[in-house]
Amino acid sequence: MIKLTVNGKKRAFCGPPFKRLIDVLREDFRLTGAKEGCGEGECGACAVLVEGQAVNSCLIPVCQMDGRKIETIEALGTVQKLHPLQEAFIEEGGAQCGICTPGMLMTACAWLRSHRAPKHSLRAHGARPLLKYGRGTYRSPQDIRRVLAGNLCRCTGYQPIVNSVVRAMKRHRTPK
Amino acid sequence: MRGAPDTIILLRPRSTRQALEVFAQNPHAVPLAGGTDFMVSWNMGLHNGKTVLDISALRSWRKISAAKTGVRIGALATHADLQRHPALRREFSLLTEACSEIGAAAIQNRGTLGGNIANASPAGDSFPPQAVYEAKVHAVSAQARRLIPFNEIFVGVKKTVLRPGELIESVEIPFLKPRPSRQYFRKVGTRAAQALSKTVAAGLLWLSRDGRVSEMRFALGSMATMVRRLKSAEHFVQGKKLTSEVIDHACELLAKDVSPIDDVRSTAQYRLKVSRNLLREFLSGR
Amino acid sequence: MTVVGTNARRYEGPDKVCGRAKYIDDHDFPGCLFGVTVRSSVAHGRIRRIDFDPKFPWSECVVATARDVPHNSVLLIEQDQPLLVDEIVRHAMEPIALIAHPRREKAYEALRHVHVEYEELKPALTLSQALGTEALIFAPDNVFKRFLIEKGDVEAGLRSSHFIVEGEYRVGHQEQAYIENNGMAAWWDNGGVSVMGSMQCPYYVHKAIKHMFGLPDEKVRVIQTATGGGFGGKEEYPNMIGGHAAVLARKAGRPVKIIYDRGEDMAATTKRHPAVVRHCTGLSRDGKLLTQDIEVIMDGGAYVTLSPVVLSRATLHAAGSYECPNVRVRSQVVATNTPPNGAFRGFGAPQTLFAVELHWEKIAQATGIDSLTLRRRNAFREGSITATGQHLRQSVGALETLECCVKRGGYERKRKEYERFNRDPKKKCWKGIGLALVHHGAGFTGSGEAHLASRAAISLTRQGEIKVLAASTEIGQGTNTLFAQIVADTLGVPYDWVAVEAADTGRVPNSGPTVASRTCMIVGGLLQQAAHLFKKEVVEARGSFPKTRKDMHLAAVSLCNGQPEKRFETQYQTPAHVHWDDKTYRGDAYGVYSYATVVADLEIDKTTFEVRVRKITTAQDIGKAINPLLAEGQIAGGTAQGVGYALYENVVMKGGVMANAQLTNYIIPTSLDTPPMDVVIIERPYSEGPFGAKGVGELPMDAPGPAIAAAIYQAAGLLISELPILPEKIAQAKSHDQADG
Repeated sequence: MIKLTVNGKKRAFCGPPFKRLIDVLREDFRLTGAKEGCGEGECGACAVLVEGQAVNSCLIPVCQMDGRKIETIEALGTVQKLHPLQEAFIEEGGAQCGICTPGMLMTACAWLRSHRAPKHSLRAHGARPLLKYGRGTYRSPQDIRRVLAGNLCRCTGYQPIVNSVVRAMKRHRTPK
Repeated sequence: MRGAPDTIILLRPRSTRQALEVFAQNPHAVPLAGGTDFMVSWNMGLHNGKTVLDISALRSWRKISAAKTGVRIGALATHADLQRHPALRREFSLLTEACSEIGAAAIQNRGTLGGNIANASPAGDSFPPQAVYEAKVHAVSAQARRLIPFNEIFVGVKKTVLRPGELIESVEIPFLKPRPSRQYFRKVGTRAAQALSKTVAAGLLWLSRDGRVSEMRFALGSMATMVRRLKSAEHFVQGKKLTSEVIDHACELLAKDVSPIDDVRSTAQYRLKVSRNLLREFLSGR
Repeated sequence: MTVVGTNARRYEGPDKVCGRAKYIDDHDFPGCLFGVTVRSSVAHGRIRRIDFDPKFPWSECVVATARDVPHNSVLLIEQDQPLLVDEIVRHAMEPIALIAHPRREKAYEALRHVHVEYEELKPALTLSQALGTEALIFAPDNVFKRFLIEKGDVEAGLRSSHFIVEGEYRVGHQEQAYIENNGMAAWWDNGGVSVMGSMQCPYYVHKAIKHMFGLPDEKVRVIQTATGGGFGGKEEYPNMIGGHAAVLARKAGRPVKIIYDRGEDMAATTKRHPAVVRHCTGLSRDGKLLTQDIEVIMDGGAYVTLSPVVLSRATLHAAGSYECPNVRVRSQVVATNTPPNGAFRGFGAPQTLFAVELHWEKIAQATGIDSLTLRRRNAFREGSITATGQHLRQSVGALETLECCVKRGGYERKRKEYERFNRDPKKKCWKGIGLALVHHGAGFTGSGEAHLASRAAISLTRQGEIKVLAASTEIGQGTNTLFAQIVADTLGVPYDWVAVEAADTGRVPNSGPTVASRTCMIVGGLLQQAAHLFKKEVVEARGSFPKTRKDMHLAAVSLCNGQPEKRFETQYQTPAHVHWDDKTYRGDAYGVYSYATVVADLEIDKTTFEVRVRKITTAQDIGKAINPLLAEGQIAGGTAQGVGYALYENVVMKGGVMANAQLTNYIIPTSLDTPPMDVVIIERPYSEGPFGAKGVGELPMDAPGPAIAAAIYQAAGLLISELPILPEKIAQAKSHDQADG
């Protein structure tokens, strides 16, 4: 039996231990937010957080998740109470067909948490580094592009997604 | 999704001793670490019915520790772990840079240095830096342990000298003394990120006071069945000043040590031309 | 309160960002089997036999072959494509048999135990092999369709030309690469079938399934689930998968779900048509177009599918957005033993527009007049007459988009600056800036909309809910939101009063396929009319239109008159000004055109020959942005696909099958390969579009290819006339290594 914590709840999985995390989440736990786009770790649509880090759930046998803490899109926010990132994705057009959105949001979420919130306001356009951090390090839209490079999107051309993350950072200095 | 999980015999040791014992008893088991490559072919249904030795629970093999002579990187340290390690960033920036260009964040959070080596892809991006740093691979089995020079570990596409029952425990990289005058890493992939290499290069150069080359090391990935050091060019520039004629000739010699192919990602001609340009960029220092 | 023209919140946005939107693979069907497809391994051959390995427990499976399909055709324009091959395999990856099993991995396992024996026939894998009729795929000459457009006298035009410039341009396949692979489910009850899944055109599937099983309208129900991108790739192929699921489900007596994995989706389903386009252009001394003689050859793949209409759009856009007194376009689409090519955003136009736009660079080279000046001299204006003789009377924003981009993108200044920059051999890169100007016809070609005779409706339920009823699907482009905005404003009610019914043929009328940039302009227009009807009737009945939900409820109770709902339905009528003759291919090819200019600013690394697009500036005349944020999203997204088309996306065909059918090796742009974009929307309203709106969906796909190729021409001095422009091509074209220069 594999014991894991999913979205704050302790869960147990008794099926074949080599079943993939994505299948356990989707089929056994009925958490269908993570999507399978390629099965080769290329598109990132299946991204979830393990111990706070973004990973591709299509590349993980669930046996490796014993004792681990997993977060999926279902825990980020609800339709009634959206997470700042989710709110920003709606306001900036970061979600079109929506299939890459859960993975994109989880990757962005992991990154935002691991960084200090920006001190000064940001602008979405332009190539200059725009986001200033507490210690004087800079984070530019280019950095956001780098962070999200493992999440393919075929709809948006990425700019609305970059704008969404910028907006989330701007509005909420310490997103949870 | 073509993988059939109930066909797998899973071995999941909790300690290194147990791991080696279990592997000795099941020498045909496939060791599994981060799974970033194995699981791709698993999803294509290519591993059904196999015995898998999942070593990911061996926490002690994830450590990175700096000693007097060098840094020892546990086989299960992830590419993300490597990038975060201060001594590695300071002393072996080519390796941390390479790790930052493997796939993207989600892959770097799972893929391990040892797993990469054992997987022996011709396109492994961390390999050229390890080749020029002249890393050593600590391999262990239930019976013995041995130290394998990194430059001798590969024998072909997806093939290493590791024996059944043998696991990579760690990789040791000796500090460079003196520090090189020049260090170089560049990956040329199919796109700016989340890409496999068409060619990938790492170089170290030591110049003497009079501007002559006291030592040059240069390695290329994706240019042969395994990572290759450019022995002919390295040997040729030894003791010479890097004039444009010397650089030209070194670039000519590059072809002696590699054998690129045409595949779905690039052409042999492009790989050769660009690899020469990379060597030229490195030697001319710009 | 008006909501048209504002960034109204995406209708299904909250569900999507919360991971609650249900795509086909997220749906669970009790007792469902999982279906997989046995596919051909040869490009051309006769099936001798199909062996089912006796060692495999076939009793656990349901197996279907051509014999299980009553009418074996996917039913598109022609009936040549079978649902399952009976005898002759015409392309690799062609479906031969189907297997269903309760477990996904077992179904795949079963595939390994089926062996098909062929008598191999000689295939025609390339255009030249097909035109040499090395293998006869489509009688008599392997040409599926030809078109001819003639205006004026091309030969006379050539005789009076001061400059004559010839060029040949090529483009390869392009894969739609939606992130959600194709997938459908089907189940039978009471002698009828329900089909559910990822699709663009529920009524295409409806029609095909009716045909396959000989069922009446009411016995077939097709329901679209949330769809993870389409871009044309889910226009016609769902007929096939839906049919497969229905065949298996009928035989199994249980629901069957078929979800492709990435490799299968890429290798088996449709792609953009490869094309060869030849231009011979005559111009006056001052650069006015006098004659355009254009030849277009497209590769259709093994079956007709939608190729004739793709060719039609390619042909109609081949002369570009320029006025020329003498034009001839000769085009043909050819059968090859490769998987059929089909719809992909732009639908033939990106291929021919690439040619005509890049050809300006060649003309500039020959005439000494820069391509911007040439475009300024020849571009469509109000009053221009197109190659088909269409008189452009309104909404012609071509030059406005051009001037806007030239200014905002700093085109002329950078052009000079980069010329100086590129002269310095010490620089590590070459820089280039290039532009392209395109038009794109909105809606079906010519009489297509009249034939479709689309219907859309608004329903007022007895509870006072207002519902949009249309089969136009939400595939990410914003259908739901736009429809709700258009209806809300026409009725004068708040946006959140309007609900959008799911695209379910059991509930909604046939508003036509979700293709051809027609959803907002055509179907949005129908809904606007329906809303007018609705409003008129309510006002007539009550004297005024309700201002509160309570009043609306009261009005609904009386209007519904005991029924659960009251529908207000409209049907498409061709605008009075549109005249088209299918026989001569003359007249108003489209009701209106949208226009776009793209300026691409890029660098080429001298060491690696990699191209990095630094910035895209684009202005697009779409009549009216019903929702500017969504419109910009369409433009940015289409532009990124155009960047991929130009620089990365290379379908490698080996033996008639895609050799790089993985997202690892078929390279679509990541966030780092896609540049920041400056998007400007220009609104030259169209009198027949809702609130002036024209099409926007496909237009952004057309211009990035030629603009990037032109920028590469400036940067590296290489006019590379074939997309994609991979670093390998640039390296090869650079005869000497300039890295040491």
